[in-house]
Amino acid sequence: MSNTDIALNRENGRKSVWSFLASEFKPKGKLFTPFNLISIPVIITGVILIVIRFAKGLGAVTNLSQETPWGLWIGFDVVTGVAFAGGAYVVTFMVYILNLKKYHTIVRVTVLNGFLAYVFYAGALLLDLGKPWNVINPIIGNSFGVSSVLFLVAWHFLLYMIAELIEFSPAIAEWLGAKRARKILSGMTLGAVILGITLSTLHQSGLGALYLTAREKIHPLWYSEWIPILFFISSIFAGLSMVIFEGSISYKVFSDQISEKDHKSHHDIIHSLAKICAVTLFVYFFMHVLNFVHGKNYEFLGTRMGHWYLVEVIGFVLLPLVLFFHSYRRRNLLLVKIAAVLTMLGVIVNRMNVTIIGYNWDAPVQYYPTWKEIVVTLAIISIEIWVFRWVINRMPVLREAPSWAKD
Amino acid sequence: MSINRRNFLKALGLTGVAVGTGKKLNAAAAVKKDNDKEFYAILYDSTLCAGCQGCEWECALEHGLPDPDLEDIPEVGKIRKTNETRRTVINVFSTSKGEVYVKNSCKHCNQPACATACLTKAMYKTEDGPVIWRDEKCMGCRYCMVSCPYDVPKFEYHSSNPDIVKCDMCWDRVKEGKLPACVEGCPAGALTFGTRREMIAEARKRINDNPDQYYDHIYGEYEAGGTSVLYLSPVPFEEIGFNTSVMNKPYPELTRGFLYSVPAIFVLWPAILLGINKATSRSNNQIEEENE
Repeated sequence: MSNTDIALNRENGRKSVWSFLASEFKPKGKLFTPFNLISIPVIITGVILIVIRFAKGLGAVTNLSQETPWGLWIGFDVVTGVAFAGGAYVVTFMVYILNLKKYHTIVRVTVLNGFLAYVFYAGALLLDLGKPWNVINPIIGNSFGVSSVLFLVAWHFLLYMIAELIEFSPAIAEWLGAKRARKILSGMTLGAVILGITLSTLHQSGLGALYLTAREKIHPLWYSEWIPILFFISSIFAGLSMVIFEGSISYKVFSDQISEKDHKSHHDIIHSLAKICAVTLFVYFFMHVLNFVHGKNYEFLGTRMGHWYLVEVIGFVLLPLVLFFHSYRRRNLLLVKIAAVLTMLGVIVNRMNVTIIGYNWDAPVQYYPTWKEIVVTLAIISIEIWVFRWVINRMPVLREAPSWAKD
Repeated sequence: MSINRRNFLKALGLTGVAVGTGKKLNAAAAVKKDNDKEFYAILYDSTLCAGCQGCEWECALEHGLPDPDLEDIPEVGKIRKTNETRRTVINVFSTSKGEVYVKNSCKHCNQPACATACLTKAMYKTEDGPVIWRDEKCMGCRYCMVSCPYDVPKFEYHSSNPDIVKCDMCWDRVKEGKLPACVEGCPAGALTFGTRREMIAEARKRINDNPDQYYDHIYGEYEAGGTSVLYLSPVPFEEIGFNTSVMNKPYPELTRGFLYSVPAIFVLWPAILLGINKATSRSNNQIEEENE
């Protein structure tokens, strides 16, 4: 192709891109689906509550107090949401670093999921900030609080979002038909993956390290110097369970987009992921036991918090671990899904225990979220699913890339 | 340590502008400029405190806070807490040696967890010792509140532009060479202000002179790595509501190990990942070649 041809293409391309985008932004599909009917009122209520929150302060919407400065929006939206987004770095590690081509079909949807999770859940952080307009201070200002774990986490969120956007960008280029851009962006993938995995290692554990200074405030059964490592390991199976869970839904809802070949390989992928989950859960369980023995917290086992701790470790770590092992050996898909859901519940329980339930556990007044905090959280999740659906229906994420984009 | 220029000038009775000049001269000398500086400290002697709440009134006046609630006075069995409208409170405890009053406020740690936790340096340990909070830097994340072992920083939950509220040891007054408002306003002489070294020496002297009157411990000398508010008590500190489970190490040390691992991972991880990538892709190629 000569230079003039390229220039011509670009001219034509520019005109049609706008009309193309305008058509793409129109909704596709039915408006009155059950999901829409539930999520639209939730989103509207959530937006109203967010307006109230910014007009009247956090106290108008949340149950946060001087004793409990971080509640559901940090403990669930940010800390738990980011753990569930861990699938992206694990899958990109397998595909681009270990060159395991088998997982290539799930890499785009997983990265998209991870990217959106960071945008929305790290975005939820802004709702929780008292002075969100000052959020640029640690990024550009002359006040780098480099000794802060939160400084590290904030920067990593930002950089990781960029890395994931680069990892996903070839799909956007394919959607827009931008061939040269796709070539350049694909060339950046390996670099973005390496940066992304490094950042993920540090901020998944960093979210746990945030709580290291709260030594007297977190229940001894959950506080240990190992929190960062436990958070990191659990982000692996949290992310992969999310991939299994989300995959089994996506493959039903968007089944028209998936080729016959991918349908078949998907079962095989799920069983392999179940194996990885089982192994990492075992490491995690082992570390919990070591930690418990090392911490010499036996006397707490008889208390209410101790029972709750046993429920977490046995019911939501050991049980899914056994189920994953069984499902792999019997190649039982239903068992995998049950184990994945249990694992996800376990991660939620664990993050809640560290950030909310075990935090100031002996305070006379306990924090519990208001319905408003819960609705705002549900609204954020709903908006994320809307955007996810919008992207899946337009870009080559689940369906195969256009023929010109084949490597 | 020799007498530094700052103390020397102070000894000459120069305050205010002169202290500012002293700083400049120090900067010009540029040798061990900040290292010689000593933290200021407040010594609170609970055996002298009469629980008059004069400090609470002075503090409210100085910082434009609402007047203390006349209904809400110290009573045995009731724990009054600092909040967004009061930076210091007096509580009273029934102990083995009768009723003892205790003043509570920010302890101004030598290595504060809150300032280390702050990602914008809004919470800031000044060279003179007071831990201050700076409005224009703060983004309201409240990590300082999570980190503080004494639950000192308070947040204005019912404001659209909320501030973090805590004692700043009257930093604006101290800079001008004045005493903190509570120290100046204490009619019982329970509060003393000076350098941390002087206050520890004074506290020791009081314990030595009257061993029967005091419990032999200066709270804040080692707690949380040492603080700039020091307490004397007639009874063990558990009896008067002190958190005696705080570590004797500075709290920032709890995250130090994690933060030290960051640069190591940043250097090692990309190299290892790239290495694995090269290794796995080359071995794949070899197998393909063999198959062909």
